[in-house]
Amino acid sequence: MIVEDTLRNVVKGDDVTGFQLGVRLPYYRGLGLSMVEDVQVTVDGETAPASAVSLTVHGNTYKLTDLPGVFDDRWEMGEIATVAVDKPGGLGLGEHSVAVRERLRISYMPVPGGGADQKVLTLQD
Amino acid sequence: MLNIAHQIKRGVSFYSYQEECFLKKMSLEDCVSEAASIGALGLEVIPEQSITGYPDPGEAFYRTWDGWMQQYGTTTVATDLFLDTKRYPGRVMTLDEMTASVRKDLDIAKRMGARNVRAIINTPPEVMEACASYAEKLGLKLLLEVHAPFHYEHPWVIRHLEVMHRLQSPALGFMPDMGTFVERFPRVMSDRALRDGARPHFVELAVETYNSRGDVHGLMDTFNYMGANPVEQGIARLSTFLTWNDPRGMLEHLPLIHHIQAKFYEMTDEGVEYSIPYEKIIPVLIEGGYQGYLSSEYEGNRHIQDIFEVDSVEQVRRQHRMFERLLGEGSPTENAGVAAGASTQGGHSVR
Repeated sequence: MIVEDTLRNVVKGDDVTGFQLGVRLPYYRGLGLSMVEDVQVTVDGETAPASAVSLTVHGNTYKLTDLPGVFDDRWEMGEIATVAVDKPGGLGLGEHSVAVRERLRISYMPVPGGGADQKVLTLQD
Repeated sequence: MLNIAHQIKRGVSFYSYQEECFLKKMSLEDCVSEAASIGALGLEVIPEQSITGYPDPGEAFYRTWDGWMQQYGTTTVATDLFLDTKRYPGRVMTLDEMTASVRKDLDIAKRMGARNVRAIINTPPEVMEACASYAEKLGLKLLLEVHAPFHYEHPWVIRHLEVMHRLQSPALGFMPDMGTFVERFPRVMSDRALRDGARPHFVELAVETYNSRGDVHGLMDTFNYMGANPVEQGIARLSTFLTWNDPRGMLEHLPLIHHIQAKFYEMTDEGVEYSIPYEKIIPVLIEGGYQGYLSSEYEGNRHIQDIFEVDSVEQVRRQHRMFERLLGEGSPTENAGVAAGASTQGGHSVR
């Protein structure tokens, strides 16, 4: 799910406003975004609040908290989406322990599906 | 060699190549070309997997697809629909919304030149009924998948049978998944549980209970009493999702069966499926006069990806060499030639 070599800080103007990384859906088809219930990002033991997370698929950016209402866009099979987390100052250079947990509402399964992944990524500037 | 005439054809579901497609090692055209190269000329496609921009990929995609079918000599035999009944947070789709969703998938199937559409098992009988005449108009068959742990005597499937028998629509029927005929516990699953931390005596008990047709549903309780860890509980649960049924049970329903998902978990070096006895299944299909496709569905990928590089291409090739043998395709000399040629291109074994 977590894609190697994708951890970066997000810079706007002179400020580092947060960080981002690439993730995939742990699933064999694409899924409408309204069924992506959660993308939880934990870095070095700190879990980002949902309100600070946004998701970009093929150029379209959505706040995580708005996904339940997105009925006209999908996260394609194997597509690397960019998950961005607002965090003033971003992350320090070097290695970080990154965990991502995705919860998906799959209609033919009685309980939510999804998956979790954990990797050590090196932040490059 | 087999000398009985039959009309069974070979195909492949691109579900089989999902690992390579997910990792972008194979393009959609690579899937078409690979299937064609092993004589699996009937393609089964999951539009939500293979078509960027589903459900509206645009005319250019369909033109490219049609071009590949001509170029490689393949045909689209089936598409698989999913019914996202939980699309809207907090409520389930209405029957009208489900019907509209299925019709949209029927339109896509028609445009791709398919003749069969897989209705996922959670499709309500009312929706099948509401879509039957639409499918008829398009010349398509809307086929309910019969997937483990479901079977033809299951109350949900009986409700579907009631609709099929009452409507007598040529458009409605079944698409059984050969995963309902798991005779032996798949080794890829038990090995994975051991790697994930299940203790051998738990795994042995689950495998032995399954293989001897014991009480797999009682295993969860037994395992709890034995102090099972989560992985061990997982393998107990898994053993209730697997089913063995006598393949002869299909004979009664064969007039309603128009496509078959030839599920497999592991083609061994000896050229047989470890857990699903195709040597018992295929003669039943021949006896019943089945005229559709055997559509390869490789599902071992997820059970070995922690330790091996998945080689779906080689696994599917092996299944087709087995099909050729069991279907009596070609002369023995030709078969040997095909096998030798494919094995030199095959890459490494997954086991």
